[in-house]
Amino acid sequence: MSSLSDPAPRLPGQQYFASIARWSPGEIIFWAALLAVFFVPDANLPLYGQIVIWGLFAMSLDLLLGYRGIPSMGHAAFFGIGAYTAGYLGKFGWTEPISGLVLAALVAGLVGWLTGRVIQRVSGIALLMVTLGLNLILYDIVHRQSELTGGDDGLQGVVIAPVLGLFRFDIFGRTAYLYALAVTFVLFLVARALVKSPFGLALLGARENPRRMITLGTPIERDVSTVFAIASAMAGAAGALLTQTTQFVSPATLSFQRSADVLVILIIGGTGRLYGGFIGAIVFLLLRDWLAALSPVYWYFWIGFLLVIVVAFFRRGIVPSVETLAQRLRRR
Amino acid sequence: MTDAASDQSVLETRDLRMAFGGLVVFENLNFSLRRGERHAIIGPNGAGKTTFVSLVTGLLRPTGGDVMFNGRVITHSSPQQRVKAGIARTFQINSLFKALNPLASLVIALAEREGRGGISLRSVARQAGLIEEASALLAKFGLADDALVTTEKLPYGKQRLLEVALALALRPQLLLLDEPAAGLSTEQGHELFRQLAILTGDTTVLFIEHDMNLVFRYADRVSVFAAGALVVQDTPERVRNHPRVREVYLGV
Repeated sequence: MSSLSDPAPRLPGQQYFASIARWSPGEIIFWAALLAVFFVPDANLPLYGQIVIWGLFAMSLDLLLGYRGIPSMGHAAFFGIGAYTAGYLGKFGWTEPISGLVLAALVAGLVGWLTGRVIQRVSGIALLMVTLGLNLILYDIVHRQSELTGGDDGLQGVVIAPVLGLFRFDIFGRTAYLYALAVTFVLFLVARALVKSPFGLALLGARENPRRMITLGTPIERDVSTVFAIASAMAGAAGALLTQTTQFVSPATLSFQRSADVLVILIIGGTGRLYGGFIGAIVFLLLRDWLAALSPVYWYFWIGFLLVIVVAFFRRGIVPSVETLAQRLRRR
Repeated sequence: MTDAASDQSVLETRDLRMAFGGLVVFENLNFSLRRGERHAIIGPNGAGKTTFVSLVTGLLRPTGGDVMFNGRVITHSSPQQRVKAGIARTFQINSLFKALNPLASLVIALAEREGRGGISLRSVARQAGLIEEASALLAKFGLADDALVTTEKLPYGKQRLLEVALALALRPQLLLLDEPAAGLSTEQGHELFRQLAILTGDTTVLFIEHDMNLVFRYADRVSVFAAGALVVQDTPERVRNHPRVREVYLGV
């Protein structure tokens, strides 16, 4: 018999779930690198801030698409709702950023929950059409009601107070970057905990086999509206971050183009990993920045080209492909 | 459980009628299942066996009549409510979580049973009870070594076992097995039923099976469905020798 001081032997199952919950070196390096960028002299912080915001936005779509298997062609609607809510709050005197961000996320989440109630019995192509349709309706309303929304000119005169009353949003984007990074990290922690809980497993189960989930007693329709609310609230928070860090909102925040872009970002990066959206955002925005400098008119050609290459050679996107490669190398 | 509850039948149907448009599947079906028995449903193709299971689990609603579970009418309960009441089922064609492993699949079932499947920030790793029970179930089913293998990569026979394990994880009072041995060789089928006899313990089991050898070896009682009616409900021995059964089913 082994000595009494030995730790209790752990079941392989416990080790497995512990290894899933544990922070990997790659994850720690990823977040440390995002923080380290702040200290690089002459770093293009406004661009990196955009990357972080797009990453958060794409991560929110990943909860829907990657984990629950619900494709949405209208995710920018929730980004836009968050952006406009934060904008109106700032314009009409509620200038404190953190509470403004929370309110914007709640409004987007509520609309997302209602949307989830509408689409919970719809699937496949019909789902793409409904989400796209809702996005187009919202865009058109904002576009037309120019007295209320400023129309194409966007919402002017948005005022945002210093973060925690201390850190003013400066022209170099230093406060904006750290603020966006901090909010994104907190929401990432929430998403990470969610997907590693039994609820996260149930989302995967419903993605894989909804009929089986019903026969296990799961109210899968209620889960659709729940996950839709969470994903929309996070998209709304990303929209609010964009408004607060740029002190401006335009209808482009809820354009169909943005819905398509976020889908492209997530698919390039890889679904069902949470990090796919961030890696996709880094690739997409750095490439866009670089290409726009090279040929300001034709950069979408290269984005399209990249999408084709990624889907043809990596299939499941960058993050899952790199993981598979790393596992193979480790086994050798 | 009170004595009164154990006296009454677990499952009962009263004048159950099911029609799809003009096609009548059953008419006035009165069926009853005793607590703790292993009960087989046999009958030719199209006799309505799978339809009957779907009516019991709530995937279909009857055109008329009632389904009672533990003396309570559940005719209009949702499939989820029936699961919570204690009815679990397996499918004739594997209905699993292909991209997940058996361990994660069982954790899903157990978390749902324990009411822990809702929104939460607590990782599975910190819910040792769920992992322990899932691991124990896998060991019981001889799947301990396959716990972390992606389900779709498991051999077919092991997938069939996982199908039953998912249903038993719910600790049902009534387990419905829709052709558990479907797709298995005769030998594998016998092996599966040998294991089922041990694994299901004293759970009431209602199963559909075509292989008569399996039915007569495993079932306590047998119901024969044919042409929209319950022809006979009796012990395997009496059913085997029943003239109507020999005529409609065994084709003698």
